[in-house]
This record gives sequence, structure tokens and C-alpha cells, in this order.
Amino acid sequence: MRFYEYESRAIVAKAGIPVTKHGFAKTALEAREIAEEIAGPVVIKSQVLTGGRMKAGGVQFAETPDEAARQAEHVLALEINGHMPRGVLVDSRAAVKHEYYAGVVWDGIRKQPVMLFSDMGGIDIEEVAEQHPDHVARGHFSTLRPFSDWQAKQVIASLGISGTELNRLTPILARLARLFLEYDMTLAEINPLSQLEDGAFVALDAHMDMENEARPRQQELLRELGVGDEETRQAREATPFELAGEEVDAQDHRGVAGNVTEFDGNLGLVIGAGGGSLTLFDAVRAHGGRPANYCEIGGNPSVRKACGLAKLVLQKPGVDRIAVMMSIVSNTRVDIVARGVIKACIELGYDPAEKIAIFRIPGAWEEEGFKILAKYGVDYADRSVSLDGAAARAVEKVGTG
Amino acid sequence: MSILVDENTTFIVQGITGREAVNLTRECLDYGKGAKIVGGVTPGRRGRDVHGVPVFDTVAQAVEHHGGPIDGSVVTVPPAFTKDAVFEALENAIKLVVIVTERIPRGDVAQMVELAREREARIIGPNCLGVIVPDVIKMGGIGGPARDAAKSYSPGPVGVISRSGGMTTEMSSTLTAAGLGQSTAVSIGGDAIIGSSYAELMPLFEADPETEAIVIYTEPGGRMEAELARWVTEHHSRLPIVAFMAGRFMDEMPGMSFGHAGTIVEGKEDTATEKIARLAEAGIVVAEEISQIPAIVAEQIAERAGAAS
Repeated sequence: MRFYEYESRAIVAKAGIPVTKHGFAKTALEAREIAEEIAGPVVIKSQVLTGGRMKAGGVQFAETPDEAARQAEHVLALEINGHMPRGVLVDSRAAVKHEYYAGVVWDGIRKQPVMLFSDMGGIDIEEVAEQHPDHVARGHFSTLRPFSDWQAKQVIASLGISGTELNRLTPILARLARLFLEYDMTLAEINPLSQLEDGAFVALDAHMDMENEARPRQQELLRELGVGDEETRQAREATPFELAGEEVDAQDHRGVAGNVTEFDGNLGLVIGAGGGSLTLFDAVRAHGGRPANYCEIGGNPSVRKACGLAKLVLQKPGVDRIAVMMSIVSNTRVDIVARGVIKACIELGYDPAEKIAIFRIPGAWEEEGFKILAKYGVDYADRSVSLDGAAARAVEKVGTG
Repeated sequence: MSILVDENTTFIVQGITGREAVNLTRECLDYGKGAKIVGGVTPGRRGRDVHGVPVFDTVAQAVEHHGGPIDGSVVTVPPAFTKDAVFEALENAIKLVVIVTERIPRGDVAQMVELAREREARIIGPNCLGVIVPDVIKMGGIGGPARDAAKSYSPGPVGVISRSGGMTTEMSSTLTAAGLGQSTAVSIGGDAIIGSSYAELMPLFEADPETEAIVIYTEPGGRMEAELARWVTEHHSRLPIVAFMAGRFMDEMPGMSFGHAGTIVEGKEDTATEKIARLAEAGIVVAEEISQIPAIVAEQIAERAGAAS
């Protein structure tokens, strides 16, 4: 879950990392007030969850509070990569001497967090790592033992940094490492970490990502920042269709029938489980099919849930038929899913034999399931038909056009 | 032969009184030669039994009752309590921990893995279905009820490693239908950080005389495939590997996660396209469809046999 810059700044400030005087504004009027308080030149930065805001004109400079209000009005109305800003950050314009980079991410191979530090800040760290590898220092650290400041010092000093700089940078990187673990971040980045003309260091921009799985135990921080449970902060906002899918899944706690993502094709998909869904979605596309959606069912959902998901997909505009397909199930029951999708067709006034292009779910309770499907004349397949073969059969029925 | 477990393996089930755990216990007791489940742990439920398996409050009580070291544990407790349960298993000298639970934050997983390393133990998962040695033993929900597992899995020369529990069974069933059995199939879990990756299981398969080839199921997200490619190149593995890559469509949708928590594409190296290239460079054949896998495996085994003679 990604944080806005103004939230990320609040998080680093809370951890004791210095930031410049700034404020978050939702209107031009609020922006003027913040600029007045700063009483000097300011930067107006669009608050969007996407990159490239500088290029898009989402960062503007102002000398006076009046100009700040005008610039804020402009930035607030500016759409960037399909995102409207949530507000603007009004930041004091600092006289910068040098820019550094400080970050912490997970290393899935070492299975430990890793600190990244560079004396070439202000640009993308992956670019620096590629072009100037000798300017990026790394250091893994334990999650079992308390973090100790020398670990941060060692990383920074390995770039040849010494003197006051080393002693001022060490606690900043150490605090970043600690907040990374404390708040269950998957990315904690300060870029640039700027040294001002007077020698002080400040976080001029920060980027934080929190692990979705940790949201339940990070309620205190999220409440403090005003982030509600309804904010998914996905790469793109959820569509009404996708939100309806979440509602279906939330009906009861048995199994999963959700994780819906909207596409614009004519073949509705009721597919599962995790890996099966990925495989089947690829297979439909490989055969020239146009999926109307992605979704996942599994973990033994109730008839009601399977029915709810099938109904949702069947009612999506542009959907001709649905394909009900899963990899071999061991926990989910074939007969329950069969009953759910047939019920959905009938309740919507459709003939299941017509609307269900293919039903391919082998495994637990398959004899019972196949009996029900045969009774309603639904085209079904057992494990002798591959996932790919089932997808091909469904695409053949709805066409590729 | 097999890897990780065999017919003599003893294990406990932590969280044994939960609905899914009760089913899992039944399935494991019924499968193959019958799992030696020597106890279950649910705090506050000491004195009960689940399908004849005695329930204890602590792992230490289970070990004491057994009268000696216990080999493994299947952990099926809710995410907020998983770390504590795994620590308890590790500190009571259990050497193989299968974590079924999903939605555990990475910080917790990293701590479990680190402690496991210090105790010279191994973790499989989290977010996995466990391990199966066809007709011998299964440890975890893999393959489902004994009757269903018997339909999909058969003994033979192929080691299976998969980031998806369901696809472990789908691929094994395809191999079985083509007359290619499995030495051991391992569902390693779908999270970004897991206890045992492909490359970490390869030395075990390499040392298992029965295993002649490896089949892996893989997805976008993470660097585990690059790690495997590196391992294969550096160790001149005797085992041919056939891979199947799902989620190719995700390359067009950076920043979004589908299927499993670990699938999010954060950088260029995480994409399906990049991974396929890495695997191919290391001589790992990437099948376009699962139905092609048995023929490729058979061909690769024959090729290596021909080269060896």
C-alpha cells in the first residue's frame, strides 16, 4: 500500500528524521496560508500516487503567497497519468548543497531487509546502480536482533564518507531502517536526502510502501494519517465492478470468491485458485480470447458466494458467456461451485447450458458436480482436458473478435 | 527415496483443532503409509484428541509425550500468531516446519527464517500446501483427501517444485496421466519471502538418486528464478529442469498483484518475459502449456541418459 508524499514525510518526521517546514493543502486558499507561514520561496508539489509529476508540470515554484495560491490552483486541477491529485504539498524551498539517497527494501533471496545508500541522490536509484555502481552502498540487517547504529554507519562509510557528514547521516539511515521494520514497510526511501547550505540534512522527498498484510496491526499509524480501510491504494483505483466483487467476497468468511479485476472482453471468467487463475487468464488470451475480467475462487466457498460471483460476471455489460475453470481442487468442492454458477444463470433467467461456455473443475466431489452439470446440459470437462484445452474450448464458443 | 520427508517422519500439527487443520490431519493419517502425527497443539485444549491424535497446550508437552525429538510441524494458526508458533517449534528442536497460513507480513517471515537458520532447521512456506511423497506420506493439505491425492500423484522420477499449491497437483496429475510419477512434490508457497526457494531445494533433489528431472511452476514477482538459473549454471546440475510460467499477462500491468502476494512486479527483473529469458539462458526449458510438460521431461531424461552412457 503506497503512501502519498505528504504522508511519507509525516512518517519520517515521526521517526525523528528532519524535514523542511511544509504543509498539505487541498485548496488554493490553504496553500496560501501555508506559504504565508513559511514566509519565503516555496515549492508546490502535486500529491498523486504516480511517478513523473515533475515532467507533467505537477511541481511548481512560487516566490510569494499569492503566487503560491495561483500555482496551487493550477496543480490541483492537473491530471497526471490518469490520477487527479489529492492535494498539494507546500514546501519551503531550501538551498541545497548536495543530494544523497537513503532507502530500505526487502531482499527476497537473502530474506533480509537491505539498506541502500548513495551520494548521488535526486535521481532514480536503479539508474545510479546501473551506471555508477561504485556510488551505491548496501548492507543487509537482521530482523531478530535490535538494529544498531554502527550498521548504518558502516554502509555510509563504505562510500568514503567521513567527518561531520558521516556523523549526521548515520542516525538518519538508522532511523529509516528502524521505521522500515516497525511499520512493516516494503519500501522506505528518502530521495533526495539533502544537505543544506548550513550543513544540516533534511528529507526533501520520501516514498513509503506498507505491506497490505500488515494493515491490521498498523491501525494506529494509519488512523493517525487518516487512511481509512476503504482506501486500497492499488496502482489504479478500483472500478465499481471490482468493488462489487469485494462485496461478494465479504458476504461470508468461507473461502474466496473475489479478487476481481475488470477487463473489456466478452468472455466472463469464474476461475481459480491463485496459480490456476494466472494460468487460465494467459491461456484464454493465448487462444485469442478476450477476457471480461480476472478473478479468483478457492478455499471452499459457499454456494451463495460462487453464485454471487457468477451473477456479477454474467451481468457485466458485453459478457456473452462465462467460463468456469479451475486447476484440480482438493479443498474447494466441485459440486458446490457447480450449484452456485447454475443458480446464478437460472436466477438471471438464462439457460445454464447456453451461458456456461465450459465448466472445467476436476477434483474433490467431482462425481456429484458432474452429475448436476449433466442434468442441466452444461458442457463440462474432467482432468483429461488441460487448462489450456478448456480455455480454447471456451474461446471457440464466444469467438475471438 | 524422497526429499524432506519419508515414511518414518514424525510431525505435529500446530493449531490442530481448527476446522481446516482437523481435515488436514485426517487426510495425512489416511494417505499412503499413514503419517506419523504424534501430537497436536492448541493452547488451552490439552487432553482432547483429533482423529486419535492427542492434543497438547505446548510443543514441549508433545515432545515429552513422544519421548524424543519430533521431526516436523505443520503450522495452521492465524497470521497474527504464526510467528510465535513457529518460534515455539524451532526452540523445541523441530527441524522441518511447514507453514500453511497466508497473509503473514514479511517482517515476521524474515524473523522465522532467520531463527530457523540459527537452529539449522528448514521452513517450507508460508502460504503453501506442504510436501507429498506419492504413496508414502503427505505433510500438509497437498492433494486434498487421500482418495483425491491418489488420483493425482504417483511414484516416479520427477521432482516437482511450485509457487502455487493447486498447480502442484495440476502438474503432477498431468505427469501421472502420462506415466511419469513424482519422487517428491513440494508446494513452496506464493509469498514474496518464503522459507525454501527452488535453488535451496535443488541440492536435496540432486542428492536423491530416484529423482531424474525437475518440473517447476513459476510466476512473475521476485528473483527466485534468477537465483535458480544461477544455481544451475554454477553447479552443473545433473537434473534437467522444465518450467511453466503463469501470469504472462501481468507484464503489461506493473505495480499490480494477481494470484499470490508475491507476484507484484516491482522492477524489470520481476517480469515473466525477463524470467523466461533467464531460465532459458541456464538451459531450463520453459513449456508454453502444461500439457507439453510430460513429453519434454521424457525427452530430457532420455537425452541425459544417452549423454551419460
